[in-house]
Amino acid sequence: MRFTLKKDKSGVVVVGVEGQLIVGNRQELKQKVLDALEDGSRKFVIDFSKTGYIDSSGLGVLVSLSKKIREQGGELRLAGLNADLQTLFELTKLDTLFSITRTAEEALAAF
Amino acid sequence: MKLDVPSDLGMVGDAVELVASHLPPGTLSPRRISFNLRTALAEALGNAIRYGNGEDPDRVVRIRVELGRDVVRIYVVDDGAGFDPSHTPDPTSPENLEREFGRGLFVIRHLVDDVAFNEKGNGICLTLRAG
Repeated sequence: MRFTLKKDKSGVVVVGVEGQLIVGNRQELKQKVLDALEDGSRKFVIDFSKTGYIDSSGLGVLVSLSKKIREQGGELRLAGLNADLQTLFELTKLDTLFSITRTAEEALAAF
Repeated sequence: MKLDVPSDLGMVGDAVELVASHLPPGTLSPRRISFNLRTALAEALGNAIRYGNGEDPDRVVRIRVELGRDVVRIYVVDDGAGFDPSHTPDPTSPENLEREFGRGLFVIRHLVDDVAFNEKGNGICLTLRAG
């Protein structure tokens, strides 16, 4: 499991989640995003195209990050969910809280 | 298969992979193993370590896997006092939707075919059937 952060030319931070986002690594993701927020970034895309599974702690950290980013006038978007992950967001109704796009490129274009 | 897992949340991912990778081919579909089983087991194990054992390094969580012809049962038991699974708020209600915690059991119940708890409330059995 690994998290990658890249800032595109328009200043949007794209976070890649490789493997899984679960109780054991969610704090690492949270800290990386909060550090970028502290450094002035306001637009974020989390790309799940290389993610196998997400547990409820992972979902919870996304909710928490979204709130913190919104409080700073920014926005968090999600992208690249496979069919199972999309279903997970729908059954928890978190699809109503987030802007979700098919790919990270689509999320970037929509900012 | 039996596995004792230390009360360390950092071990959840490795323990889940160990269990998932040792299921015989054909027991469940690859998709059910890669998503439903892994997610549900990570939930159950994370809950047991955090809430059951309070992340106490002197306590372990015990996992036992039973294989049937078309079924996998995974028992996860912690050393805690147990809890009442019937008293968990609906995480999809509007007042709970933006809460960081409280989705674990809800997610488990949607990903496996059957969920059962022992009488004390410190053990959960996840049942996944083929097909």
